[in-house]
Amino acid sequence: MKIEIRTVGDVNVLDISGKITLGEGTMTVRNTVRDILKDKGNKILLNLGDVNYIDSSGIGELVSTYTTVTNSGGQLKLLNLTKKIHELLQITKLLTVFQVFEDERAAIASFE
Amino acid sequence: MKRIANEIEVIINSALENLELIQGLTDCVTAFMRFEADTAHWIGMSVREAVTNAIQHGNKLDAGKTVVIVFELAADRLGVSVRDQGRGFKADNIPSPLDQDNLLKPSGRGIFYIRSFMDEVEFKSLPHGGTEVYMVKRILSNGGECR
Repeated sequence: MKIEIRTVGDVNVLDISGKITLGEGTMTVRNTVRDILKDKGNKILLNLGDVNYIDSSGIGELVSTYTTVTNSGGQLKLLNLTKKIHELLQITKLLTVFQVFEDERAAIASFE
Repeated sequence: MKRIANEIEVIINSALENLELIQGLTDCVTAFMRFEADTAHWIGMSVREAVTNAIQHGNKLDAGKTVVIVFELAADRLGVSVRDQGRGFKADNIPSPLDQDNLLKPSGRGIFYIRSFMDEVEFKSLPHGGTEVYMVKRILSNGGECR
C-alpha cells in the first residue's frame, strides 16, 4: 500500500494505491493523516481510485479518519471511489456521511 | 444446513499475516469453481472478515490458538467454515452498523458485510469452546482450473 501526497491550493490530496486492510494499510492511512493534520493543514481529499482492495477495517479507518479530521475543525472528502468501495460504503449507509466526488477539480473547489 | 462436498481443511495460528494465505487460497477455490469475478471478490472478503474476527476477537491474537478453515466444494455451492478457540459470542447481540448512533463507529461492520455477500450465514457456539461461522455461496455451475 502506498500514499503519495500532493497539495492543490490549501487542500492535501492523498493518492492511495494498493490495499487498505487491517494492519499496515490502516496504520499507514492513520499515521499519514495524523502527520498532515500536524504539519500541513486540515483539508484532506482521499483519492481512492487506485485502491484495489479494502476490508471492513479499511472502511472503519476511513470513518475514523473522517471523525479525527472533522473534530480538528477540518474537512475530509473522498475522490474516485472504485465500484467495490462505493458498494461497501453504500450498504453501510456511509455515503450519507462522506462527501464523494468523481472529478478532482470539483472536489478541490468544494472545500471551504 | 446440508453438508456433502469435497473438503479442504486449513489450520493456521492466530497471526494476522496468515490472512493473505487464506485470501490467496479462497481466490484459488473460487477461481476453480468459476465464480464470476465480483462474486469471487465478495466471497474472498467474507472469508477474510470471518478469519480476521476469529484471530482478533475470538482467539485474541493468541499465537498458541488456531483457526480452522474448511472449504466445502459442492456442485451447487461453496461452503466455508471458520472455527476459533475463543470464548464465543452471540452474533445476534452485535449492534447494527446501520443505526444512526453506530454510523461513525470505526468497527462493527465485518459480520454485516459477511451477511450481505453470502447466501447463508450461521454462527454456532462449539461444545468445547470457540465459535464456528458457517457461510454458503450458491453457484449455478462448477469446474475449472486453479490458476
